[in-house]
Amino acid sequence: MANSKSAYSTPGKQGKFDTHIIVVWVDNETGVLARVVGLFSGRGYNIESLAVAEIDPKLNISRITIVTTGTPQVIEQIKLQLKKLVPVHKVADFKREDKKVIFKEMALFKVVGNSLKKEKAFKACKKYNAVILDKTKNSYVIQITALRREIDTMTKNLKKFGLVSVSRTGAVAMTRGAEIFK
Amino acid sequence: MSKLYSGAEILFKCLEDQGVEFIFGYPGGAVLPIYDELKNFNSVKHILVRHEQGAGHAAEGYARSSGKPGVLLVTSGPGATNAVTALTDAYMDSVPLVCISGQVPTHLIGTDAFQEADTTGITRPCTKHNWLVKDIKDLGKTIHKAFEVATTGRPGPVLVDIPKDVQFQKTNYTKFKKQKKINGKIHNQFSQKDINELIKLMSKSSKPIFYTGGGVVNSGPRASELLRELVNTTGFPITTTLQGLGSYPGEDGQFLGMLGMHGSYEANNAMHDCDLMINIGARFDDRITGKIDEFSPNSKKVHIDIDPSSINKNVKVDLPIVGDVAEVITSTIKTIKKVKPNFAKSNKQKISKWWEKIQKWRSVNSFDFINSTETIKPQYAVQRLYELTKHKDTYITTEVGQHQMWAAQHYKFDKPNRWMTSGGLGTMGYGLPAAVGVQVAHPNKLVVDIAGEASVLMTMQEISTAVQYSLPIKIFILNNEYMGMVRQWQELLHDKNYSESYTAALPDFVKLAEAYGCVGIRATKPDELDDKIIEMINTDRPVIFDCLVDKQENCFPMIPSGKPHNQMLLGPKDQKKNKITGKGKTLV
Repeated sequence: MANSKSAYSTPGKQGKFDTHIIVVWVDNETGVLARVVGLFSGRGYNIESLAVAEIDPKLNISRITIVTTGTPQVIEQIKLQLKKLVPVHKVADFKREDKKVIFKEMALFKVVGNSLKKEKAFKACKKYNAVILDKTKNSYVIQITALRREIDTMTKNLKKFGLVSVSRTGAVAMTRGAEIFK
Repeated sequence: MSKLYSGAEILFKCLEDQGVEFIFGYPGGAVLPIYDELKNFNSVKHILVRHEQGAGHAAEGYARSSGKPGVLLVTSGPGATNAVTALTDAYMDSVPLVCISGQVPTHLIGTDAFQEADTTGITRPCTKHNWLVKDIKDLGKTIHKAFEVATTGRPGPVLVDIPKDVQFQKTNYTKFKKQKKINGKIHNQFSQKDINELIKLMSKSSKPIFYTGGGVVNSGPRASELLRELVNTTGFPITTTLQGLGSYPGEDGQFLGMLGMHGSYEANNAMHDCDLMINIGARFDDRITGKIDEFSPNSKKVHIDIDPSSINKNVKVDLPIVGDVAEVITSTIKTIKKVKPNFAKSNKQKISKWWEKIQKWRSVNSFDFINSTETIKPQYAVQRLYELTKHKDTYITTEVGQHQMWAAQHYKFDKPNRWMTSGGLGTMGYGLPAAVGVQVAHPNKLVVDIAGEASVLMTMQEISTAVQYSLPIKIFILNNEYMGMVRQWQELLHDKNYSESYTAALPDFVKLAEAYGCVGIRATKPDELDDKIIEMINTDRPVIFDCLVDKQENCFPMIPSGKPHNQMLLGPKDQKKNKITGKGKTLV
């Protein structure tokens, strides 16, 4: 870029990137997810993970949880741009380090092997609320709920116990205590 | 039981209730039921364009010159995709448009049917919001909602996609009542505390400047009047962006001219050296700021804008004030009168040194050019056009390029809504159809499109629309046979490698005018220019004016962004001293 002949200025100094969890309450209507995701891709924002589902069928409200990284300025823009979308009701933003907020992701692991391997795999998962959802003679499907990096670690560690398939959700978030986000 | 109406009828009933007088459109298979209904609604007049992009720009011209939303009606598939450029243009320049598009019948959606396109998908990033109406019961309220979204907060385009079967289906229509409450997306979030803070900054400042933009125009004519009052009360200098021209009188002494890449020397230097910058309804566009890191390094910055996402987007500001420009200025003036009734007097001394400095910059006369008796200089042409039309209430549109900048520099406006130009998107071909829309809104006013020969050829077909509806628009072409701005950059940055910027075969514009059934005039020498312009003004039909100008002329002054904002490149008289070298090349 520095040596290109351009009609535009070269980029200035870039700030530090932080990881944020953005929660968006939207009308559950056709195309609403595309609007939110399109805003991110169109303006060059990151999406690390995404979780979305209807949470209030009566009011027709969905809750979208997006994990993103950006400079403070970019995070501020993300929130303000989201708030401009017509079907968006409110936008919350939490830092990943925020102790007042719970973040969870869920993962399903399929482990194939003899009973020893399967049990070892299950044991390794135990501290993450492990549940066996399906078992056969030579396989387990194990469900865990944990933080992103914990699931990353487990994905690595379970390889030696016959992990053959991983499926995981995006993060969902909720504040601790009695308060809710208005 | 109340009467049942078809979808097409409901659409027109909505348009009637919204007070829509004109729609710009082009028929096609998926909107035939709507066109069939047109005959039953006399209050809505349809203007048949020649291309849907033209419909969009005409609607923009109508909206920007009248303050009312522009409405366009296009068919599915290519009709809608042709309108995309105009929608994007309106989105960038905050113009309220309502685009009604036809869609294939609901049961065919997703089957790649004839003239099917994912219109709501394609237009999602270039509209404020869009809707696909699959249920006739939603149609009425969707149309009204569309008008509300387009016109409230920061205005912009919206699109409603109506499948053909929905246009035939029948349901009730409840008359629309305009609600006071607006959808929560309007943001008058400022408080008296913000205003007090602003006035504190204003009274402390010794080098202040107002930097105002299209937001003042969008806020309505009252905002421009209030701005004048505020500027007079404070005695501060003011500069406006390209889109803000007209919100403050161009010939007033406190006005420093347009700022930015081709703005005046005094405006840009004042922006760089000021200690207080009050941004009213502008958005720190990259054509204004140049290199962000070196933009006005020592100033406190205030940003007044209706759109919270405009604040801190490009430039960090010290005092954001979110609200409608007219409301914010009203509060500010009121508070000044109460708290500091003698503001102007007490302040005069304090900023007198600043004004001296500004006068010094002003004496450089940066819009100056070397005139000629042999060839028509494009700047001279714009100056003469201005002198010969300024006594009339003239509306100016432009295309995009050098002629646009010369028009902005040399044509002076003293009222808002008189200047329609594509700033954000920079759409060549904007000016001619926009002039059509302006003339529709103001049938008895003089409407001139200051054009370049390359731009105008992109939407030339709309002159046929002007002829059909006897819209006496004047297309004033500064013809230099080049894409002038491209050629200028190639000259300055690419060692005069004029790659594909010369149009080797151009039409004879006078004959072309005759072929279209309007009037062609050509001027080739400076001494005949005045007479020809007068002839153009006095012609009560559309005119294509082919003004053959100097082919080599460049547009100055100019900020080559590699240099700081306060080191502009001036015109030929000053050029030897100030060559673009090395680093500057990358940044223009």
